[in-house]
Amino acid sequence: MKRFIGFIKKEFYHIFRDRRSLFILFGMPIAQILLFGFAITNEINNVDIAILDHSKDATTKEIINKISASKYFSIKQIIEKESDIESVFQKGHVKAVLNFEKDFSKNLIKEHKATIQIITDATDPNTANTISNYVNAILQHYQKDLNKDIVIVYQIVPETRMVYNPELKSVYMFVPGVMTIILMLVSAMMTSISITREKELGTMEILLVSPLKPFQVIIGKVFPYIFLSIINAIVIVMLSIFIFKMPVQGSLFLLALESILFIISALALGILISTIAATQQTAMMISLMGLMLPVILLSGFIFPISSMPIPLQIISNIIPAKWFIIIIKGIMLKGVGIQFIWKETLILLGMTVFFIAVSVKKYKIRLE
Amino acid sequence: MKTILYIIQKEFKQIFRNKGMLPIIFVLPLLQLVILSNAATFEVKNIKFGYNDNDHTSTSRALVERFNASTYFDVLTDFPSEAIANSAMLKGEVDVVLEIPLYFERDLQKEKHNTLGVTINAIDGAAAGVMNVYVSQIIQRFNQHLKVDLFQISDKQVQPITIETIPLFWYNETLNYKTFMVPGILVLLVTMITLFLSGMNIVREKEIGTLEQINVTPIKKSQFIIGKLFPFWVLGMGLLTIGLIIAKLIFDVPMVGSLPLMYVYTSIYILVVLGIGLFISNFTETQQQAMFIAWFFTVIFILMSGLFTPIESMPKWAQIITEFNPIKYFVEVMRMVMLKGSGFMDILPQLLKTLLYALIMNGLAVWSYKKTT
Repeated sequence: MKRFIGFIKKEFYHIFRDRRSLFILFGMPIAQILLFGFAITNEINNVDIAILDHSKDATTKEIINKISASKYFSIKQIIEKESDIESVFQKGHVKAVLNFEKDFSKNLIKEHKATIQIITDATDPNTANTISNYVNAILQHYQKDLNKDIVIVYQIVPETRMVYNPELKSVYMFVPGVMTIILMLVSAMMTSISITREKELGTMEILLVSPLKPFQVIIGKVFPYIFLSIINAIVIVMLSIFIFKMPVQGSLFLLALESILFIISALALGILISTIAATQQTAMMISLMGLMLPVILLSGFIFPISSMPIPLQIISNIIPAKWFIIIIKGIMLKGVGIQFIWKETLILLGMTVFFIAVSVKKYKIRLE
Repeated sequence: MKTILYIIQKEFKQIFRNKGMLPIIFVLPLLQLVILSNAATFEVKNIKFGYNDNDHTSTSRALVERFNASTYFDVLTDFPSEAIANSAMLKGEVDVVLEIPLYFERDLQKEKHNTLGVTINAIDGAAAGVMNVYVSQIIQRFNQHLKVDLFQISDKQVQPITIETIPLFWYNETLNYKTFMVPGILVLLVTMITLFLSGMNIVREKEIGTLEQINVTPIKKSQFIIGKLFPFWVLGMGLLTIGLIIAKLIFDVPMVGSLPLMYVYTSIYILVVLGIGLFISNFTETQQQAMFIAWFFTVIFILMSGLFTPIESMPKWAQIITEFNPIKYFVEVMRMVMLKGSGFMDILPQLLKTLLYALIMNGLAVWSYKKTT
């Protein structure tokens, strides 16, 4: 036991002596969470649009004013002919062109009907669709004013209550996600490389002939990283509470336990990678190339899992990050206790045990 | 010249000798392109919907039927009480709950006006906004049907004024998300492979000690660097080519624009990435450090590239930061040229900025290389 403690101490020294790595380890996640928390949003604001007004009368002017007054759009260009539409799209200057028909006001008065084309650059389907919906909503509102005198009979009005995030802040969606990718990738990368490093430099052989048992070697190697990751997690949670005003409706203690579980599962995954990979380069490519995009795309961090095709929804279940995101959103935003997230917790626990079991098995094979 | 060729030969051999790396370099990225392109969609569908009908009349049933018929809503559950509905929402089993009050139909007939409770899980604010639009649309349409069917009131009023909107979706009429995501994800994969491999490469020689040996040979530093980086440049271009073939064959992504233009742009772009990789190599002592720095910048580059979330919605200061993001330009150019057929003059600003970036990064890299060795 004394030998083992000595070994852990040595590992700690190793890490803390390398100032540059430490700076990277702690500085980067902080910089990232600050940057993303403030910058990333999937809302659509200030979309640049162009106007093609064939009518140029009082009504079209009024509508154009209403549109430019909304926070969603800024009118960047006024174009004069249809053939210009193609070129403004190709330059990528605007995302949509509103095309008012000729004699707009006249038609509205005479025939009670006038038309506007909403031409969108649908290479980005989401933005195109949203622009179209927003323009429609603004026009609907304007129509209501025009039709004030006509009473509509029988009406059901929905009273909508947005729960867990009434102000629809996108930061509530992104902070848990960013927290997850940082913890996941930093933890997995750290362990995956630390053991392959010993292998590559040849020092692993020396460790293996030492009186320490193989699992002691591994635990000794991982232990300092558990410690580092926990500090990382604490810093991230504090930043999200104090800077982004994320609520923690549930128990902070539960949040801490779940975070530790997640960190351990990520570290175990890292060990698994390190038992497979022979060189640091391979280990890094597996943990970066193999984990980064799947974790960003399949965890529900940015894209809703329920909208994905069924096979991908099934695949998403093997991404540990998915479960952790459900857990932290549950604790922080919904304020749920363990009785609502025990299933997710068990799955994470199961994955951790699996990663460790496989690595132990692989590890023994290597020794023979 | 001959020396460079030898180094290039040696580097290629090294890449191909490492059997463990080959699948990671060639198979993993393409597999991800095929699989993950399907995951990236902001479309909101299969909304988990539940209701609590306290009225049990033909009107309330007709309303629920409307939601049932809509393609957006899924899994209709009738919750016996509001409390049970709330707990299902907490568990994440439903995202929208409709609460129909007792005497809903009676009050509607009496007062011609009634309210309904709609609860929406708003953790994903953007999705909640869309769900809200869908719910309102369904109720709006139900209102019209109420007027005509249930209460047999003929429409004898003055015809209301309507402004008709005709939405036209150019370049992607069916709003297919894959045509948007495939070029973007391809950009990421090309960038990640070339950046990680080049960033690790030279620092590895440093760590193992072989860089010292090379430094005492008569080879010039510029020859050494070109010889080191050229194979990765080839790799990146190769990956782009295979990726484009996959995009065409599997996803049927339209390729409206000029392929040579795309290749010209990519060939310059990869130089930027290699310059960054070399620069990272020069400033680190171990592969671990190099990897962390490469990871740090990649995550920032990816999330601030406009690939997943729109740049216009970012605050001004963040938009300024994105000007220094090479991935942003690559994503823009790929989408513009491939999907819209933008020409040389249209992408000239991006092309020039990328070229300038390549010159600066490689200049810095070569300068710092000389300094640290």
